[in-house]
Amino acid sequence: MSKESTSPFDVAVIGAGPAGLAAAVAAAERGARVVVLDAATQPGGQFWRHRPESVEPDPEGHGHHGWKTYLDLRSRFDAAISTGVLHYLPNTQVWMIEREDAGRFVLRLTPATGTTIEVPTVRADKLVSCAGGYDRQLPLPGWELPGVMAAGGIQAFIKANGTLPGKRFVVAGTGPFLLPVAANIAAAGGKVVAVCESSSLTNWLPHMGAASGVPGKALEGAEYAAIFAKHRIRYRTRTVVTKVVGDSSATAVQIAKVDASGAIIPGSERLLEDVDIVGFGWGFTPQIELAVSLGAETRIDADGSLVCVADEKQSSTVPGLFLAGEVTGVGGAVLAVAEGYVAGASAANGEQPKTSTARQIQRHRRFASAMHQAHPVPEKWDELLTDDTLICRCEEVSHAQVTEARDVLGATDARTMKSFTRTGMGWCQGKVCGYAVSCLSAKGTTDENAQHASLTSVAKRPVATPLTLGEISTLDSREPHNL
Amino acid sequence: MSNPPQRITVNLNATPVQAEAGQSVGAVLMGQGIKAWRTTRNEGKPRGLFCGIGACYDCLITIDGEPNQRACMVQASDSMNIEGDFSA
Amino acid sequence: MNAPSDVIVIGAGVIGSAIAFFASQQGLSVTVLERGLPASGTSSACEGNILVSDKELGAELELTKFSLDTWRGDLAEHAGHWEFESKGGIIVASKESSLASLDRLTRAQGEYGIDVERVDIPRLREFEPHISPDALGAAWYPDDCQVQPMLVAGHLLNLARKNGAKVQVNTRVTGFVRHGETVTGVTTDRGEFHAPAVVNAAGSWSEHIAALAGVNVPVKPRKGFVMVTEPLPPMVHHKVYAAEYVDNVGSSDAGLQSSPVVEGTPAGSILIGSSRERVGFDRSVNTEALRQMATNAIALFPFLEKTRIIRHYHGFRPYCPDHLPVIGHDPRAPGLWHASGYEGAGIGLSAGTGKLMGQALAGLATDMSLAPFAPERFGEFTPNTMISQESAA
Repeated sequence: MSKESTSPFDVAVIGAGPAGLAAAVAAAERGARVVVLDAATQPGGQFWRHRPESVEPDPEGHGHHGWKTYLDLRSRFDAAISTGVLHYLPNTQVWMIEREDAGRFVLRLTPATGTTIEVPTVRADKLVSCAGGYDRQLPLPGWELPGVMAAGGIQAFIKANGTLPGKRFVVAGTGPFLLPVAANIAAAGGKVVAVCESSSLTNWLPHMGAASGVPGKALEGAEYAAIFAKHRIRYRTRTVVTKVVGDSSATAVQIAKVDASGAIIPGSERLLEDVDIVGFGWGFTPQIELAVSLGAETRIDADGSLVCVADEKQSSTVPGLFLAGEVTGVGGAVLAVAEGYVAGASAANGEQPKTSTARQIQRHRRFASAMHQAHPVPEKWDELLTDDTLICRCEEVSHAQVTEARDVLGATDARTMKSFTRTGMGWCQGKVCGYAVSCLSAKGTTDENAQHASLTSVAKRPVATPLTLGEISTLDSREPHNL
Repeated sequence: MSNPPQRITVNLNATPVQAEAGQSVGAVLMGQGIKAWRTTRNEGKPRGLFCGIGACYDCLITIDGEPNQRACMVQASDSMNIEGDFSA
Repeated sequence: MNAPSDVIVIGAGVIGSAIAFFASQQGLSVTVLERGLPASGTSSACEGNILVSDKELGAELELTKFSLDTWRGDLAEHAGHWEFESKGGIIVASKESSLASLDRLTRAQGEYGIDVERVDIPRLREFEPHISPDALGAAWYPDDCQVQPMLVAGHLLNLARKNGAKVQVNTRVTGFVRHGETVTGVTTDRGEFHAPAVVNAAGSWSEHIAALAGVNVPVKPRKGFVMVTEPLPPMVHHKVYAAEYVDNVGSSDAGLQSSPVVEGTPAGSILIGSSRERVGFDRSVNTEALRQMATNAIALFPFLEKTRIIRHYHGFRPYCPDHLPVIGHDPRAPGLWHASGYEGAGIGLSAGTGKLMGQALAGLATDMSLAPFAPERFGEFTPNTMISQESAA
């Protein structure tokens, strides 16, 4: 609530996950004065989310990958804090970024939880956005029932609380991320009734890992195969959940086999009963609204997500703005750390990445691209939708309303759909429904740029996170200049 | 190296409930078997945790008198007052 | 080549859509050309007001009354499509000086035939229980209404389509087809379209369209922000604004002005306005505008201090220097018609404009004279007329 400004930093880093920690450490170790802003109460991001250190001061990292990397980054992060070069602001979200005359970034902040904590305005000459992402969702009948969660939400729940949100789980969607979610559920004592993977690949990880020169992934694949065998987890490929069943909360799911286009194979439906938590993940949506608000150029990645363009120094198309991790394309934690180091170093002193680092990043990007192609969002995912299936959870907009606005009123992009039906106008501002609304609005149009334009409109969130009018009324008004 | 869990007491609609320190409000509720704690504006449908990481705002709840707090983001603390529609 | 029609309407905002509907009701064949999608300009970046309370006495107020009758008459059967709501407006004075202004305003409006009622503080609290304790007096306007403007445009276009109108989206007008001086069609990035009447309903971009025909219509963008709060149970029941708002609407200052306008919506969010500044088509966020709007809104409704906003948006009102819209045939470019320059009143005036333009385009006598809005009042086009660079964008 304060309008106090801190003295300007050399580098501000948004996010304290794998990319953000690496960027912060790289910049601080090059002598830059660094500030790190993160929504969580302790470092780690979603990937290395762990129990509160007040409760468990020295977590051993069970169920985590790359925990040694985390411990290394964390000790360097803490060292930089103790020498005063790094300033860490947890429980803080950036709601808007402006630019002052000299190009300096002005970060407007708000507490992530509570409304009474005072936060400063932060100014910095360089900015590294490592904002990460969240699970991408596709609507289906029953997905609004309590007990239905994002796959990553289940993962985060287990990592942060050490408990399970339910007893009997189905994990569904596509991509290798479903595997660690199921493994963590099983390790925490939950029953995984099934993992439903819409694409057809079986045992693909070892091959793909070797083929693309990322051997670590092959090890992970073997590890999951062993865990699945041990816990008797059924990994069903070419299978989707067609609806979630339940009255006041999820109690069962109907599953079905699909063909390569995602069309349901008639007669293959069956009910999985006695399920209390259903986790869905269709890849991830990078959080790029802040970079987009600064004018960063975007592209559609191999997974269909809108991501920001970055060069070999992790520089965006906006001078002074660097990007690392999922915001440049979903690729996992190892890639995020590598990009974070490069971004932090570039932001601190403009240095060129080492050839070996550049190669490592290229390898991982190729792997990520192969992974995305092996796990596409099924082309016919929307065939599951009934008229009354909710598309926008916040504003409770049904599929019938969306279809009518598209076909009768001409809402053929997400922006117009929002105007006509309120999709994406609620609390989450289209974070959950944005991808689906873009697909549904553009359905039937031949314009190749329609999806890019739609996803761009969805990524425009001038208020990146809600804040009180009281906070806005006490903004300092130096009239900073925007791009 | 886990320490024995520290117990705290939170009030769910003024009913005291034991919980573990460091858990999110959402985890405390789910631990009590409560899966929904608000109803939607238009259709009155129950909602609880969904994205679990602060993006979706489905899990909003009143905490210590402050409405519309994200249950997945707020850590429970001793004598915290949590108010919601638990019949949802 | 595209088949000729009787009327081409440039712009599928609320004005263009209303004209397309009423012209097609007159039996005219209509082609609507829209550079983006329906309602993608100012129509989707406003509050959907149909206000009588903030109008200066005179021609614009006459058009407002005519338009209100059109909303409630000709368009009544479709009102459900666009969430027409007779919510009523309240002007609140919180200073002795503004109380005096409010006295003068309401007296004059009453004499003019506007339905306005002065309300004392206890009555005001019945209307708005959460109003600031600083309020000194208020006026109640039962005729102030609201619609969802995007739905107005979308459904009027759809109704026009049912009458045979064609709607061509993603089509940008690049110039005019002339036969001698006479406008006989337009060129676009999707070919030529021909009609004996071409209507410039391009809103804040209509100066640029007029310039393509060589005529001066000095409509400038006047930017405004609106903040949208978290959805709440009903806390603000009407459109509530401060007495200073009326002064700001009527001012011509290019600098930032803000005055509080607060209203609840059926969706539970509260809309908070208003700001006005003439900065071309600059889309950057003006933090100072947001700060002033937040401060003003809290002064009107103190509970808002703890209410969160979840988004804000901005739009460009089509401002006209003499604060009157530009409606009717333009003798400087025969065949060209305009319907623009409504500033913040376009939603409210769209229905009446559509009806009158439909009559005029069909060659009928109009129910009310369009003379006060004549486009030629701006004189001949002169080369040094300022056209903002961005208006071509």
